[in-house]
Amino acid sequence: MQNKKKLPDMHGFRQRLKRDLKSNWILWAMFLPVVIYYAVFNYAPMYGILLAFKKYEIKKGILGSPWVGLKYFERFFSGYNSWNLIRNTLGLSLYSFLAGFPLAIIFALLLHYLTLGKLKKVVQMVSYAPYFISTVVICNMLVLFMTPDTGIFNILLAKLGLESVSFLSMPEYFKSIYVWSGVWQSMGWSAIIYLSALAGVDPGLHESAIIDGASKLKRILYIDLPSIRSTIVMLMIMTLGGIMNVGFEKVYLLQNDLNFSVSDVISTYTYRVGLQQADFGYSTAIGLFNTLINLVFLIGSNALSRKATGESLW
Amino acid sequence: MVKKNRIISNSVSDGTFDAVNILINAILLVIFMWPLWFMVVASLSDPYEVNSGNVVLWVKGFSLNGYRELLKYEPIWIGYRNTILYTALGTVINMVMTVLCAYPLSRKEWMARNFWLKFCLITMYFGGGLIPTYLVVKGLGLLDTIWAMMIPGALSFYNALIVRNYFMNSIPVDLFESAKLDGATHGQYLLKVALPLSKPVLSVVALYYAVGHWNDYYTALIYINDRKLIPLQSAMKDLMSSAQVLAAQITPLSSEGMMSVKAKMELAMSLKYTTIIASIIPMLIVYPLVQKHFVKGVMLGAIKG
Repeated sequence: MQNKKKLPDMHGFRQRLKRDLKSNWILWAMFLPVVIYYAVFNYAPMYGILLAFKKYEIKKGILGSPWVGLKYFERFFSGYNSWNLIRNTLGLSLYSFLAGFPLAIIFALLLHYLTLGKLKKVVQMVSYAPYFISTVVICNMLVLFMTPDTGIFNILLAKLGLESVSFLSMPEYFKSIYVWSGVWQSMGWSAIIYLSALAGVDPGLHESAIIDGASKLKRILYIDLPSIRSTIVMLMIMTLGGIMNVGFEKVYLLQNDLNFSVSDVISTYTYRVGLQQADFGYSTAIGLFNTLINLVFLIGSNALSRKATGESLW
Repeated sequence: MVKKNRIISNSVSDGTFDAVNILINAILLVIFMWPLWFMVVASLSDPYEVNSGNVVLWVKGFSLNGYRELLKYEPIWIGYRNTILYTALGTVINMVMTVLCAYPLSRKEWMARNFWLKFCLITMYFGGGLIPTYLVVKGLGLLDTIWAMMIPGALSFYNALIVRNYFMNSIPVDLFESAKLDGATHGQYLLKVALPLSKPVLSVVALYYAVGHWNDYYTALIYINDRKLIPLQSAMKDLMSSAQVLAAQITPLSSEGMMSVKAKMELAMSLKYTTIIASIIPMLIVYPLVQKHFVKGVMLGAIKG
């Protein structure tokens, strides 16, 4: 039964494909470089994930190298620093999320209700600017500003009569430095999307609320926030889906021997083990673990939000 | 009418709200602007004054020594030259790939469209990771070539989706039909109709790519060892980590001959400020002009296709 049904289908598919190749050959030809690009730089590396289960020997290649099963995963989870890495990674991104996500919404609301048009324009323009500054420059600035004694932060502390602090060598400050410099850099930019959502809120709702005597604060709570809910949820899913993607560059650049206990995250570890110590299999295994956790978070938060609010990415 | 009503019923609480709001925004303005402003001021001041804490809001002891030192500091200029090349050539490659990806995916008559769309979408959420990708780039012989800076990141599917959505939603369908009646092929239609009509979105996406190249540090960290090929960001990173080494390299500027270690350190620090300014100056000049386009890009990206 099944075969009988499938055969004509396959036949029809081939016919249609042939016709499509003939009539739309230009589209196929245009798209070919894209297929090659993704095949080489995305799909070929996916095949390279096999390394996570193999003892890589250059001469034998990926396929020829002997299998080692889940050895690398066992090594990672039994290692003394694995939980520290996971904790640091999750800690940094959750802290970033909890600080940055609501602040972007609040900032957008404040801008939206700002009565001075000129100030609004200036604040908007200036607040987007830090987003375009490179991570290297941001870290350079942080290091310069936080230099003991002569950095401007410490100079300002001294003017207040406080002791100089070597911020970047103190583990307890690392997370906050990372997170709040990130907020400084991206708050304005993240607010744009909410601003455009706020501009699309039905003005009729506001008009009738005003007639009923609702204050601006009340209108924010009962009209604006519910109206932009779907935007908020969508961005939340996307952020949570990348929860394990702590910005490698910034952590790597701010890392030093003294703050290492809190600044070593999965991505810097994969880099160190993989490229500096050339332990390819082990590094690939940890990278794969990271990607899988991300997928779980993405699928999980998507499902959760579909259940809770009816909004979802797919 | 409505306005009056609001003023009467909510004048007190809304008045407070507005005042507090203006105050918060004014404070935020200072927080966003001051660090950048301070960099400019510090780079133009006497390093001794900067270190002593006399420079907070305005230039003290105007000095261009830092900039003079910058002119002599070769790694930055090598980096500058390379970054300009990577940004210009890299963005061209990006744009070609983006259009080649976006246009076919925007054609509803293309039977394979949905399959290839999924093929691309998967790459947004799943990839091989650092080492497998590194091995592919190495296998292709791209390590330590300028191509490693441009080819592995030749296409961002996120940007391609923005362009595709523009093709689908903002160009009237009739235009294709009439071009087809005139005997135009997809290639001719794309070059003569679709691309000229898409200038706004294409310039936004090109800007995104260009900023990405200008700020890129990661790619060079992984694929480039040759000091002659490093981009600006890598040169700046080296500068940051080597204050002492740098101080030793700095030669006296004038005929005084000897320079104290402290003076050298100060000059090294001054060099750091000037380098940062030099690296963000192109952005600071272009930014006010293109800021609107960047913002438009966010809106374009927000429309789901």
